[in-house]
Amino acid sequence: MFDQTPPPALSATDEARRQMEICNACRYCEGYCAVFPSAFSQRAFSDGDIIQLASLCHNCRGCYYACQYTEPHEFALNLPRALAEVRVESWDRFAWPGGFARLFQRSGGALAVALVLGIAALFWAVSALAPASGDGFYAYLSHGIMVAIFAPAFLLPLAAIAVGLRRYWGEVGGERIRWAHLTAAMADAATLRNLSGGAAGGCNFEQGDRYSQARRHAHQAVFWGFLLCFASTSSGTVLHYGFDIQAPYGLFSLPKLLGLPGGFLLSVGAVGLIALKFKADPKLGAPAVWGGEVAFVALLGFTGLTGLALYGATGTALVAPLLALHLGTVLAFFLTTPYSKMVHGFYRMAALIRDAQRKSA
Amino acid sequence: MTKLDQTPWDIVIVGGGNAALCAAIEAAEAGARALILEAAPKPYRGGNSRHTRNFRCMHAGPLSVLTDSYGEDEYFDDLIRVTKGQTDEALARMTIRASEACLPWMEAHGVAFQPSLSGTLSLSRTNAFFLGGGKALVNAYYNTAEDLGVTVAYEAEVVQIHVEEGRFEGVTAKIAGAETRIEGGALILASGGFQADLDWLARAWGPSAKNFLIRGTPYNRGVPLKQMLDKGADSVGDPTQCHAVAIDGRAAKFDGGIVTRLDCVPFSIVVNRDGDRFYDEGEDVWPKRYAIWGRLVAAQPDQVAYSIIDNKSRDLFMPSVYPPIKADTLEGLAQQLGLPGNKLRETVDAFNAACREGDFHPTELDGLSTEGLTPAKTNWARPIIEPPFFGYSLRPGVTFTYLGLKVDETARVSGPHGRFDNIWAAGEIMAGSILGQGYLAGFGMTIGTVFGRIAGQEAAAHV
Repeated sequence: MFDQTPPPALSATDEARRQMEICNACRYCEGYCAVFPSAFSQRAFSDGDIIQLASLCHNCRGCYYACQYTEPHEFALNLPRALAEVRVESWDRFAWPGGFARLFQRSGGALAVALVLGIAALFWAVSALAPASGDGFYAYLSHGIMVAIFAPAFLLPLAAIAVGLRRYWGEVGGERIRWAHLTAAMADAATLRNLSGGAAGGCNFEQGDRYSQARRHAHQAVFWGFLLCFASTSSGTVLHYGFDIQAPYGLFSLPKLLGLPGGFLLSVGAVGLIALKFKADPKLGAPAVWGGEVAFVALLGFTGLTGLALYGATGTALVAPLLALHLGTVLAFFLTTPYSKMVHGFYRMAALIRDAQRKSA
Repeated sequence: MTKLDQTPWDIVIVGGGNAALCAAIEAAEAGARALILEAAPKPYRGGNSRHTRNFRCMHAGPLSVLTDSYGEDEYFDDLIRVTKGQTDEALARMTIRASEACLPWMEAHGVAFQPSLSGTLSLSRTNAFFLGGGKALVNAYYNTAEDLGVTVAYEAEVVQIHVEEGRFEGVTAKIAGAETRIEGGALILASGGFQADLDWLARAWGPSAKNFLIRGTPYNRGVPLKQMLDKGADSVGDPTQCHAVAIDGRAAKFDGGIVTRLDCVPFSIVVNRDGDRFYDEGEDVWPKRYAIWGRLVAAQPDQVAYSIIDNKSRDLFMPSVYPPIKADTLEGLAQQLGLPGNKLRETVDAFNAACREGDFHPTELDGLSTEGLTPAKTNWARPIIEPPFFGYSLRPGVTFTYLGLKVDETARVSGPHGRFDNIWAAGEIMAGSILGQGYLAGFGMTIGTVFGRIAGQEAAAHV
């Protein structure tokens, strides 16, 4: 009467849809994060809906440990993993040019090669393109060369990410963005509200079904550390072009006041995130990209660490190699951004904006 | 792990759900050395508590996620309405009054609450919902108990309770296949009802019970309950009755939980195996009627029924976990459901002819009734004419059984010679004292929490 022959192997999207339909008949997890209220406002899930839900998921795992239908139950729910697999699949597909994301999402080795190449390129630049004169870093690499390398290395990846975001926005049915959507999404991102676990006061990551804020705090350190470092570089650019004040900057200058705590937070946060990742159960994420994710966080932390080391070496003979090391790391980081785990920040932000649109509709 | 059989336990707790955990936490906080014997393996720990979702709570004013107020008398009236008076008023009122202090206690011991779920707004004043549901509550309590030094043995099935002259001495438990005798100073029974023992259910209800589905844990087989009844413990509750609701007939035999419920009945006609209607599908809103449909379906041939809707009713109820059977014609639907096609057509035609014009309001009693039809459908009666047609099979899904141990206000179990010296009971195993019939959403967890805490405190004070 009810034919229940085993279905063929499901795509990541189909598997997530199968699971989400079970969730939609239960709804016990409604209070954990934005995924559930968003899902429960619908009766059926298109591919775009599933991608949007997957992009909203921060992999806090609260729903997994609360679920009465995880294995060995026949429903075999593992929503954090199902949504993580959809993210991986969709980022592969949205990435431009295609192929790079398949490589850098999965392979920590590939990221390591990119890092080595980046550092090698900068060592070559420092040795081959050394200026006749200059102060501080500029004694080793002129400002003009740095701009020639990093302006395209920064802008081209941004263009590639814009292509991916455009594809995402089309698939999830995004609408015209209003200021209120942006502010709502930024508030969620700034506080990592979706890693808070709602009333549970934390997520289930590194200690099974016990709630903890460790991952949220470590991620905040990386997030704000990264933004401070970015602001530090931006402030240097403004000082350079706007005020004709050139590096090296003193301890109480804007670039240093932003960059030192930024580098510190970035490095410490990255170490924390990696440590947590080693404690957490890899089967509640996408196991295929575990190595790529760890390598990415390590790369991010290494940019902070090498930046601090470079500052610490001011005035010594180590400036030249540390400069090449730091700038090479930054170069590798920038160029792989559209294809590494870094891209999650862009899609996550887009998903939060889309969710703000849903709520205000 | 501590050698279970060589440790002088202060308190042995049989069961690993909400009541057992509340008892263990209270006992451990009072300094007692407590052991939990949970029959289930760790992934399935928590008995039926892992399928629950809320706690019905008295409160004088807004409390945690609860809005407004819910007083003792209103709460008690709600209980009387569902039990038709089959309750011990003193115990019931004590439970209701104690519930108010339980909610902050639960929060202090790790339970997180969320505002009432979408689709359950009618409960936002009376019921506090667990964030993540009952399994999250169970996890929180296991963590709290572990931090307090409580020992937990999984896959530890108690097969014998040793009582000498009214005094508990120890239990024999099958742990990892080996029978182990465990001694203790006090016993707390929190092992639920017997609904997972289908043979017992069939003896009590009749052979048709073999066709029932069990909504919750397969580990509530009632062995400790039977042991105590054999020792002459006083019982409460109708031994032949269980709480059964109509659920999706395709659900697994055990542990289907919340997602197997079907909310389509009020917007459908329900026929039996022979294609005949047998009850007013539109008698009242579904939250007030789902519990009687378990019994209604149980009384039909083969204990099965079929709920039939047409396309216009498709989105009027919560989505269910199994997609409906779908066909463009009633005959096609009948064929897929295994119903006699001509008969289903006749039944639907007769129903359609009895429908009349009027305003349809899916969320309230709209009085849109059939005329001249037996049985009538007294609300939401709209002709079933718009293809595609959808069908769901229904079977009785057992939630719990009513037979239990009689306890007093200190959760102490009594027997032929008065109260047992050192045996307490909490949760489903004694809920029949208060909930003699029917069910009130979230009240099982209230009974389990209140009596679990009392049993833990009393037993700890005894040893």
